[in-house]
Amino acid sequence: MMEAIQAQLPVLQVVIPLLAAPLCIILRRRSLVLPFATGVCWLTFLVSVVLLGDVLEAGVISYALGGWAAPWGIEYRVDALAAFVLLFVSGIAALVLTYAPRSLTDEIPASRHYLFCTLYLLCLTGLLGIAITGDLFNVFVFLEVSALSSYALIALGGRRQALPAAFQYLVMGTIGATFILIGIGLMYQMTGTLNMADMAARLPAVEGMRTALVAFGFLTVGIALKMALFPLHVWLPNAYAYAPSVVSAFIAATATKVSVYILLRFMFSVFGLEFSFEQLGLGSALMPLALAGIFVASTAAIFQRNVKRMLAYSSVAQIGYMVLGISFATATGLTGGIVHLFNHALIKGGLFMAMGCIMLRLHSVDLDDMAGIGRAMPWTMAAWALGGLGLIGVPATAGFISKWYLIEAALEQGSVLVAVLLLLSSLLALVYVWRVVETAFFHEPSERTREAREAPLSMLVPTWVLLGATVFFGIYTAYSAGVAEQAAEAVLGGLR
Amino acid sequence: MTETVVDNVLGLYNYWVVIFLMMTGFYIVISRGNLIKKVIGLNIFQTSVFLFYITVGKVSGGTAPIVAEGLEVYSNPLPSVLILTAIVVGVATTSVALSLVVRIREAYETIEEDEIQAQDETR
Repeated sequence: MMEAIQAQLPVLQVVIPLLAAPLCIILRRRSLVLPFATGVCWLTFLVSVVLLGDVLEAGVISYALGGWAAPWGIEYRVDALAAFVLLFVSGIAALVLTYAPRSLTDEIPASRHYLFCTLYLLCLTGLLGIAITGDLFNVFVFLEVSALSSYALIALGGRRQALPAAFQYLVMGTIGATFILIGIGLMYQMTGTLNMADMAARLPAVEGMRTALVAFGFLTVGIALKMALFPLHVWLPNAYAYAPSVVSAFIAATATKVSVYILLRFMFSVFGLEFSFEQLGLGSALMPLALAGIFVASTAAIFQRNVKRMLAYSSVAQIGYMVLGISFATATGLTGGIVHLFNHALIKGGLFMAMGCIMLRLHSVDLDDMAGIGRAMPWTMAAWALGGLGLIGVPATAGFISKWYLIEAALEQGSVLVAVLLLLSSLLALVYVWRVVETAFFHEPSERTREAREAPLSMLVPTWVLLGATVFFGIYTAYSAGVAEQAAEAVLGGLR
Repeated sequence: MTETVVDNVLGLYNYWVVIFLMMTGFYIVISRGNLIKKVIGLNIFQTSVFLFYITVGKVSGGTAPIVAEGLEVYSNPLPSVLILTAIVVGVATTSVALSLVVRIREAYETIEEDEIQAQDETR
């Protein structure tokens, strides 16, 4: 019995949240829906834990959907990288939904909670599907499943600015997804297959042709739009700033990370290292964009008054770090990029969750309203400060590990300049993190902040779990950097 | 000379239509401030991709992929199937976009991008 279930785990990973989503509409009652959805998320997390264990022990898992053998049928393929992404996406989804009830009651009318849960589970389905599938067209479908539900989730935001923000995200997201669709179509035209491994084997024969180059171009731009790589990031700040707190925490922690995963899959697993980086020089195109993104977005973050918006700009900068790691195209660089995927997901998820606590008590996340809030809500703001240290990259936090690998990768390639720029960029992070810490702890509290109470435990505990994890993974790196190293090797090895 | 013209222009006319529609849609999305027009532009842009996939699947002289006597050459059905999915996605995108426009109209009393921005800045 257990073995039969274990063999079906790859498909269960996606099917459980997918089937649970419409069930939320049937259940409908708030007191039933939220515990149900939370339980489903934890179950999904459990599946991903078992999958990661299996992969690390026995190697790549290939699952033929519906019994149709690849390359004709759709293949689900779990390697170390996919399992790693599945693990943190489902884990953060479960934690955020555990944290959600109080914040939701405050920000979204109770009559819409069942719709929120449906959208949330659909979004999770899409993100997990992208990570697990080994089929190119399937990637597009899951991409749209997660994107469409996230547009609606963002539009649930309380202020009216959420609506134009969601619309702008929709327009840019659809353009990005359509670009990816064009790229996939051109690749299908060249090779006659949609299975990633099969395509990786057939591409070398046609790689020199113009159609393959055009496909590569469309895919790169489309994915860059989706992951908000500078200068294609303009949809992101407003979308994250005006979404409900719970949605900001979930999407900021997972959505762009999964897009970075798509980049890794396409550029390394499908096109292959040699074609993407040696022939076309993708690295030298990505690196300046990544560095420019780090500096421009970090500087923009310094000037934001809305703290959620500040965190959003910081997210754009952090995407820059991940892409920088990828652009080295070495084992160390990739490890840095992949481990930063994970670390930043924890840090940014935790920071947005702490902002959700502030939103609950103050009904504002403007810096001006937060003067002295550190005295009224010490636990929330201490958690925020801890996350902030991670963003800067202080030793003994997870952020330090990522930057350590990135700088090591830069030095390996002899680019001292990049290493110096990386260190300088941390100073920018220090400035914007300090602005919030200073306002919260060292300014005189206003009347409004004096009246505020500490956030409820149901929200504080998940926030601390996530931010506490950043310290844990800053000290014990075997499970983060160790797995990331394996994932990097799997990616560099390709599918062939 | 005439042969290349015939081959590249007439022989590939499907692709020219695809590119024309793609650029038209893309241009509308970028240049228009009216949100409904943006949605229409997005639709045209997506439609061009549908047409592209169907063109890819066509085998000249091929029939519909049905097993029947005397028929040897079939068009590839897979791109059509794929694009059915993409059409559904396109419909979903349009409906989400339009419902957002309705709510934007309720909140701002306008669907012009610059007027929406102006309202948010003055507040």
